[in-house]
Amino acid sequence: MIIENISAAVTELATLQTLFLMTIGATAGLIAGAIPGFTIAMAVVLTLPFTFGMDASQGIATMIGVYVGGLSGGLMSGILIGIPGTPSSVATTFDGFPMARKGEPGFALGLGVWSSFFGGIISTVLLVTVAPQLAKVGLEFQPWDYFALIFFALTVTASLAGENMIKGLIAGALGLVMACVGEDDINGVKRFDFGSEYLGEGFAFLPVLIGLFAFSQLMKDIRDRSGARKALSDMQAVNIRIEHKRAIKAIFKRWINVLRSSIIGVFTGVLPAAGSSISNILAYDQAKKAVSDPENFGKGHIDGIIAPESANNATAGGALITMMALGIPGDVITAVMLGALLIHDVVPSPSFITEEPTIAYGIFIAFFFANFLVLGLQSVALRAFVQVTRVRMYVLASVILVYCGIGVFSLNNIVSDMWTLAVFGVIGYVMRNLGFPLAPMILGVVLGPIAERWLSRSLALSTEVSEFFTHPWSLFFITVSVFSIFFNVYQRDRGTKLWTLAYAPAFLFALIVPLVMMGGVVRPALAVVLFGLGVHFAVRNYSAYRAMAT
Amino acid sequence: MITTISRDTLVSIALLVFCGFLIWAGFQIRDPQFGELSPAAWPKAVSYVLTFFCLIYLAQSLMADKRKEVGSDESVHADASDMNPGFFGWLQYYANPIICFAVYFLFLFSLPYLGTLIGGIALVFTLMSVLGGIQPRQIGLHLLISVITVGAMWALFTFGLRVLLPRGVLIPGI
Repeated sequence: MIIENISAAVTELATLQTLFLMTIGATAGLIAGAIPGFTIAMAVVLTLPFTFGMDASQGIATMIGVYVGGLSGGLMSGILIGIPGTPSSVATTFDGFPMARKGEPGFALGLGVWSSFFGGIISTVLLVTVAPQLAKVGLEFQPWDYFALIFFALTVTASLAGENMIKGLIAGALGLVMACVGEDDINGVKRFDFGSEYLGEGFAFLPVLIGLFAFSQLMKDIRDRSGARKALSDMQAVNIRIEHKRAIKAIFKRWINVLRSSIIGVFTGVLPAAGSSISNILAYDQAKKAVSDPENFGKGHIDGIIAPESANNATAGGALITMMALGIPGDVITAVMLGALLIHDVVPSPSFITEEPTIAYGIFIAFFFANFLVLGLQSVALRAFVQVTRVRMYVLASVILVYCGIGVFSLNNIVSDMWTLAVFGVIGYVMRNLGFPLAPMILGVVLGPIAERWLSRSLALSTEVSEFFTHPWSLFFITVSVFSIFFNVYQRDRGTKLWTLAYAPAFLFALIVPLVMMGGVVRPALAVVLFGLGVHFAVRNYSAYRAMAT
Repeated sequence: MITTISRDTLVSIALLVFCGFLIWAGFQIRDPQFGELSPAAWPKAVSYVLTFFCLIYLAQSLMADKRKEVGSDESVHADASDMNPGFFGWLQYYANPIICFAVYFLFLFSLPYLGTLIGGIALVFTLMSVLGGIQPRQIGLHLLISVITVGAMWALFTFGLRVLLPRGVLIPGI
């Protein structure tokens, strides 16, 4: 069955046109990822209008090319000019740039390129094996569980807003409000339309997303007059040969680092909202703890380049696992991909892999193939990157603004979408400047209608609110959501406030109840392990409590 | 007594006013008396949640203002920017985005008259000239870039992707 699905997907994708589109996508992703100020999400968002005319597999394959290219492209500017192209390459700069300055830019690039490749391949293997299994778990979900899962995704996204958690929560709630505008899916009643035909139609998701994210980002980039008139870098030409053989040998000697960092990347990607901007730092930190010479980190250490680059590429696989297995986008990029699939009437859900095997396996194959494509294109992209960095920011911004408008129009062929783009561009820019994170709002816009649908289905089955606490998966997600809301405060107060000593044991004990309720053998066994861990933390923290109290 | 109000406090008050408006609008939604979940239930619930968060935000901002007043919290002084004081300082600081948004809205208003190709070229040219400067040599370069990039985009969408982009009454063919 799996072989049949894979061969059907390969047949679907192995056309000259798809390969050509993926190559263009990967090249565009590499270049966009290399330009400081351009995020991978923005590159994927801008690719979207081109995919409207393609079939679902082709469109997603092109976007995956951009995604993987963007993740790898960030290392070029990080290593060569010391400015990470994307937030996912921040940690690469710590050791990549010093190594390049020591006169080994070719080796540093080689390490980055090959670590990205291996991270991507490990991630593909995990994607292919884990996604179908997670989807099987997803098939156990009932409407209450789905609603709680979405609640969990929104709270985690908001809590990752760091210091501004309340702003993250407000942004998420604002996204939910925006999603309410227009006709409701269930009864067809117009809401928040104020008698306006434009509002009565509701906001199309993609113009909102492009406005909030891309439009406002461009405005931020050109805010400073002198900065807008400068070229992206003063680099004139590079004559660097990527040292492939030496890099591969160095990476094989450090395979544990590659494996560990890739697993960190995949796991971070699976969590809603925790993307490659977090995984690269986590992997770097772990690599630093694992080596015998941590004092050399920051001075051009080989492991300092391998870890973040393996992790950030592996994150893509993790994010795709959640989207494909549960139909829940974990971040802005997978939200865009979900939007692209919805345009083609493909709705990701736990039954997605079994019901749409050609598209699902097409995603696996495209992700696998994109890593090879990006590996081959790095040398070409390096030259193109140098050319692009000579362009001034205001020129790029002006051209992209028009492109955004044309692209958005092509979605439904209506001018009102262009107005939506501009209005949400203003909203996004104002929110950015007021310190509100945009990711929770975008996820709110995407997840709002899904949450309402599941809530409606739950209430159709039973009007008892207690159902949300008696279904094990629902209780599980609600428990994790509650603890995730307080995670920021916990991190801030850890070591200084007594209550933080109870956080970890309480969390572990709270998870035991839903796990036992799930039944079977594995989950109650896991509950026993969590109980043991909880007792261990409780005893350890009680000693700390007595020390603090005295 | 608090004598200074921070930006966060003002924003939270504005958001609360918006929440009040949303709650009022929630009660205007027609209920067809069909199904367990009324069409107004979800928007109302979301509005209440938003209001609750905004109240927390307001409380946090007021407490920060109070700390600032007492002078015990140094962190609240740390967000000074390079913006000149006053409304003109604010205008000067955000001049580029304000101009860009204004020009973009102008482009949307003129779309039925100019169409995508002419309007797009005019938009890119105006944006580049405003953001990059209007020295004679630059004007030529900006015009060239505008014509080439917008022309290529228009051709790609019109002929490549077969999208019927908005046409203007000025030159009906494009």
